[in-house]
Amino acid sequence: MMLLQLDVAFIIEKLILITVILMGSLGIAMYATWGERKVAAVMQDRRGPSRAGPFGLLQPLADGLKLFMKEEIIPDSSTRGLFILGPCLAMLTALLTSAVIPWGPDYVTEAGRIISLQVADINIGILFIFGVLSIGVYGIMLGGWASNNKFSLLSSIRAAAQAISYELAMGLSLIAVIMMTGTLSLREIVDQQHGFWSDGYFTWNFFKQPVGFMVFLICTFAELNRAPFDLAEAESELNMGFHQEYSSMKLGFYLFAEYINLFVSSVILSTLFFGGYNFPFMDQVQGAVPQFVFVAVCVLVLLTKAICFILFFMFVRWTLPRFRYDQLMKLGWKSLIPIALINMVVTGLVILWTMKK
Amino acid sequence: MQKLTNRSVQVDRSPMTMGEKMYLPAIAKGLGITLSHIFKKKATVNYPEEKRPFSPVFRGLHILNRDEEGREKCTACGLCALACPAEAITMEAAERKPGEEHLYREEKYAAKYEINMLRCIFCGYCEEACPKDAVYLTETLMPASYQRKEFIYKKEDLLIPHPKKTETK
Repeated sequence: MMLLQLDVAFIIEKLILITVILMGSLGIAMYATWGERKVAAVMQDRRGPSRAGPFGLLQPLADGLKLFMKEEIIPDSSTRGLFILGPCLAMLTALLTSAVIPWGPDYVTEAGRIISLQVADINIGILFIFGVLSIGVYGIMLGGWASNNKFSLLSSIRAAAQAISYELAMGLSLIAVIMMTGTLSLREIVDQQHGFWSDGYFTWNFFKQPVGFMVFLICTFAELNRAPFDLAEAESELNMGFHQEYSSMKLGFYLFAEYINLFVSSVILSTLFFGGYNFPFMDQVQGAVPQFVFVAVCVLVLLTKAICFILFFMFVRWTLPRFRYDQLMKLGWKSLIPIALINMVVTGLVILWTMKK
Repeated sequence: MQKLTNRSVQVDRSPMTMGEKMYLPAIAKGLGITLSHIFKKKATVNYPEEKRPFSPVFRGLHILNRDEEGREKCTACGLCALACPAEAITMEAAERKPGEEHLYREEKYAAKYEINMLRCIFCGYCEEACPKDAVYLTETLMPASYQRKEFIYKKEDLLIPHPKKTETK
């Protein structure tokens, strides 16, 4: 019966939203590559890209054009179908996650129609994100294995082992948040973090779950395959890692998917722990300005938080050296999982205690 | 065992304390270091727009000088070619004909004067050897080229512009 309730306006509205989100995350990912090079340059006392356009702002376009123009090489010894599937899967999963993120509060038109700024408000949003994230590693594994190159294979094995180890701790740290909020829906989690201060305490989950946030943050680094956890593409050991045999836009897809993942993970981090689109004194602002301005401000707040996280990810990448493989496993299994477990138990005890009162 | 220098330091191999094992303070310290580099002066020079000053003794491309009336100073004595350790300079002398006094200052002049810039090591010995102050090294860098023959600089490439002709232009 659900299908019958769909009207044309709803479909158009969602289509526009999907297009905007898709283009937006692609654009931000593009400029994240520019930002990464600028951040790296600034931290190493250099200038970074400055030739293409003002401040080198056209550099991502030039890079993209270069990748498009490159010769496409598919190695003879590769498994052709899987070789092509790898980057497609990486890109697909990177873009899929943004579907369940609430980008802003509902916009109510004068006719009483509610326009939701979330593509799909499914009640298991977090599970969906985790599921898609786990598929993401298949892109790397398929690419590395289908290349039929021992370095690519080694790298994809590393990536898979790393992703599995850190997803455990990530999930455990998130369980504490879910226990506290009592819901799996991202919209409800964001709504519970309304404003900044209520009933004498901060509403954002970061202040309620600082340990959980730390564990989640470290695991996000690992899931993103970024330094200091970039063992999958350790240049000094594995040449280029799983995308060594790739060229042209297939390589571009892998590199691009990484930056889209970076953006989406930053949005998820701000949604889960830093209140999503909520900001201090939002109720006063809502009363003072027209509704569409308020919605726009909310979206901008979320994007600002996400960009701060992206900058932080870059900041860490250009500071810390890479882990050794045994250190990586030790950190994941012997430190993060116990910490996450203890955090979970403590959260449970606190919830029980407060419920008893 | 006797130490050779007093610079050696004993490595601290004591097990890490709890605080050190957490790594977070050390990571914060590292982040602080990179953060401080944001505000440091950039080492890069925006080359074509902005050039670093040469040192006063910099030796670049050669020129052949003229005197105030625009006559070539070189008398093709061959001392520069003799002084050249890389044997980059070749020349052919010719005698000044009557009526050519406005072209060449001395009675003998260089009909052909070539410097092979691929051989030249820019030592400046030619400049020191010249008795007529004819050859000088400037502050110009040698431009790149795709062909070897472009690096053999002829007399026309080396001579400075005529002072009177440029004035009338």
